[in-house]
Amino acid sequence: MSSASAAVRIEGVHKRFVDKESGRTIVALRDIHLAIPRGTLCAFVGPDGSGKTTLLRLMAGLLRVDAGTIDMLGVDVRRDPQQIQDRISYMPQRFGLYEDLSVQENLDLYADLHGVAAEARVQRYQRLMDITGLARFTNRPAGKLSGGMKQKLGLACTLVRSPELLLLDEPTVGVDPLSRVELWEIVEQLRRDEQLTVIISTAYLDEAQRCAQVYVMHEGEVLAHGTPESLSQHACGRCFTASGDSRAPGRILQSQLLDAVDMVIDAVPLGGAVRFVLNEATAPDAAPLHAILKGARIEAEAPRLEDGFMVLMRAKLQHAAAEPRSAVPRLAARASPAPDPLAAGGAMIEVRDLVRKFDDFVAVNSTSFAVSRGEIFGLLGPNGAGKTTTFRMLCGLLPATSGFLQVAGVNLRTARADARRRIGYVSQKFSLYGNLSVLENLEFFGGAYGLRGKRLRERIDTVLEQFELRGLERTPSGHLPGGFKQRLGMAVGLLHEPDILFLDEPTSGTDPLARREFWRRITSLADTGVTIIITTHFLEEAEYCDRILIQDAGELKALGTPRDVWVQAGHSATSSLNMERAFIDIVQQSRQAEILRNAEVAHGA
Amino acid sequence: MFALLHRLIILCRKELLAILKDPSSRVVLIMPVFMQSFLFGYAATYDLNNAPYAVLDQSRSAVSTELIAKLDSGGVFHRVASLTSEQEIAQVINSGEALLVLRFGPTFADELQAGGVADLQVILDARNSNSAGSAAAYIGAVVNAFNQDWSRRHGGSGPALTIESRAWYNPNLETRWYFMPSMIASLAFLQTLMLTALSVAREREQGTFDQLLVTPMSPTEIMIGKVVPPIMIGLVQSTIVMMVTMHWFEVPMAGSFVTLYMGLVFFLISSVGMGLAISALSANMQQAMLYAFMLIMPLMLLSGLATPVRNMPEPIQILTYANPMRFAIDLIQRVYLEGVGIATVWYDLVPLSVIAMLTLPWAAWLFRHRLV
Repeated sequence: MSSASAAVRIEGVHKRFVDKESGRTIVALRDIHLAIPRGTLCAFVGPDGSGKTTLLRLMAGLLRVDAGTIDMLGVDVRRDPQQIQDRISYMPQRFGLYEDLSVQENLDLYADLHGVAAEARVQRYQRLMDITGLARFTNRPAGKLSGGMKQKLGLACTLVRSPELLLLDEPTVGVDPLSRVELWEIVEQLRRDEQLTVIISTAYLDEAQRCAQVYVMHEGEVLAHGTPESLSQHACGRCFTASGDSRAPGRILQSQLLDAVDMVIDAVPLGGAVRFVLNEATAPDAAPLHAILKGARIEAEAPRLEDGFMVLMRAKLQHAAAEPRSAVPRLAARASPAPDPLAAGGAMIEVRDLVRKFDDFVAVNSTSFAVSRGEIFGLLGPNGAGKTTTFRMLCGLLPATSGFLQVAGVNLRTARADARRRIGYVSQKFSLYGNLSVLENLEFFGGAYGLRGKRLRERIDTVLEQFELRGLERTPSGHLPGGFKQRLGMAVGLLHEPDILFLDEPTSGTDPLARREFWRRITSLADTGVTIIITTHFLEEAEYCDRILIQDAGELKALGTPRDVWVQAGHSATSSLNMERAFIDIVQQSRQAEILRNAEVAHGA
Repeated sequence: MFALLHRLIILCRKELLAILKDPSSRVVLIMPVFMQSFLFGYAATYDLNNAPYAVLDQSRSAVSTELIAKLDSGGVFHRVASLTSEQEIAQVINSGEALLVLRFGPTFADELQAGGVADLQVILDARNSNSAGSAAAYIGAVVNAFNQDWSRRHGGSGPALTIESRAWYNPNLETRWYFMPSMIASLAFLQTLMLTALSVAREREQGTFDQLLVTPMSPTEIMIGKVVPPIMIGLVQSTIVMMVTMHWFEVPMAGSFVTLYMGLVFFLISSVGMGLAISALSANMQQAMLYAFMLIMPLMLLSGLATPVRNMPEPIQILTYANPMRFAIDLIQRVYLEGVGIATVWYDLVPLSVIAMLTLPWAAWLFRHRLV
């Protein structure tokens, strides 16, 4: 590649930060070298804290490098950051939309800030509205848009002028699959039509698979880079699927495989079977492996980017720890099972004709379902479909407008406070006291649930062990890295051994490694009889659930096991399932039906 | 019962930790209290000290010189200029060089000798009516004393009637004596109101409130957990101001500490109630802050701290019944300066209790029912 064709050329870049509280130096980036050709789509992938955002901010000239050079579009960023900022666009993770301003006012504001000429605007707006589909919403306040729409508006504001290069920092976090697909279509269209160079950081490897170049980052270093195909080759010849009893949830076999740490690198339930990656030392016909697989049918698979990524990550982690990965700590069986009035086969959660209105807007419309003990129950739906509203009503945080609702035999909103002792709650964003230490948070919430003295000590010890938070007891919880915060949230939610655990989008924005670990814990929790209610944007995660519920525009669209839902989406019962496909089909079918119905009503009138 | 107490204790502990663990908020809670007590003690005063004045002595007599000497040595006035013409009067007043000008007419001494009556002209800069009033009163007192002395010396019987004022509870009429005890209530008020107004709003904003609501703790318990720590902090702040008032500014405390603290506790409960109601109403910290600021100014103005409540128009006087500060200031001044007991000031506790009994249950209800 000649230097003229490179949009970005980074050589020997180092960046350190000093933590103000502790005075410690944190190395954010270490000796980064990379070159990105013009007009290509390039992705940075890696776990939380691997330096993706820092690298993007350095490229945008928002931070200064400690050493090395960054050459953007032929300009040294350090020497002339203003020129770079005039020629590129950067969309940070939390884009600064003005929530009280309308879509149009936001666009105008950013056009003014970037000094876009009035004549140029007309054409540009037209094009942005066309590709983002925001034309219908120009007068709506940005704060009233769904998460996916907000991201599209953020992208549109970033693109009010035609940049030569676009930097996007995790643009699809918290965005539902449908909107994610649409966002990516916009980005690809821009690259094609305007020869735009796009650099994206993402935790989602299926997204990175669409890019020409992928840089795998880990703890401030580039671990590997290349095309998605070449990175996939790290797992070449080691990927398999095992399909056994299709009625049992795949997560059981998956967790057994994942725990065989000396043989298996990665395992996920996929398409009704379990996909796994073996390490170099293990042959697919090894006897200990077959002891786990118990005669399941095994087929070799072509490696995906995610498989290659997992191989690279595991190798790196093993190397760093100098000891083999340990299985996620197993949960001890309950010391004293809580007395359960519904134990005799009754439902833990029962919902009939649940309705929630906000003024005229129907957020949840006559929804009915039941969840039995020990089930993992997933609430799925696009942004604004009503799953968070349903979730909050179940937890007793929001009153229902009408309908019947029982959790563990009571309505949590009206029941005595004691009934809430039976549920645990982990919210989407970190919601513990940030300036209190890990231990202080645990002590407080333990006390809130009526634990004290020796019992409290024991439970705190157990969860510290279980969620690997030992050694961090004194750390202010707000200073914990993202993954640890989530584990602390779980630890607090489970401190009082609830019968039901509510989890609101726990895996949003986390990398595959952390997601595996998270689901491994959930699986073992469900094994001990805890009922789990979870909302998620990741459709492949639906396969960890015993049953799922799909909502759209407040209506229940599908309910059942992942395979039931696949069939409800109009596919054959024996074909290999693809939850993303099923979800998109169901939502699109229901939206088309809605349009048809409206047309009929209009026609009839 | 024990379980309830245990929950309340851990709630208060959590709240105090959350407030006090942050070094900057520790500083913000203690430093301004000291700073403002000294600031008010020294700076907020209507007393005249070294007030600049000028003299236009056209009589150039022994009498006028004697009177000027009395003013110069009194410590209240400080002569900045001796004028020679009437044109200069406007100049020194307009420029703010002198607060007042004393003009002895050319015939001042002759008239006095002849009839015993002469005019002394005082020109005041009344752009600040407070200081002008005090200056006029002081000049009046000096002249009054001079008159008596004069008639005695010149064989007259002296005026038939002289007024002798005795200022009770503040013998030297020092503004500080009036301001500092009021500060015991008002400084603590500002911060407890802010602290509570932000507390629930902060938890809502950070998502911790949901986490709190799903625990077995009832809204009433959560509210008590929110009420007690700011009251404790408010009491500490009041104590600091009181210590500064008593030991630094040496304003003697005439009443009983028990009565004073009882009044303070009632007052703080009612101000925390207002703060919590603001907090429960606000969707985020920014709103809570705006509401709090919107309230603080009128509450200060209507408290009687700067201007007496009885000078206000009737409808506004009624409005002041919703202001906890009005009653707290009244109570503290009476207890601190007069030394009265609870039998005399109990009526101040009634409106304070009513405010608390309205705002606290309302806030508790809002906790659960406000939809964000």
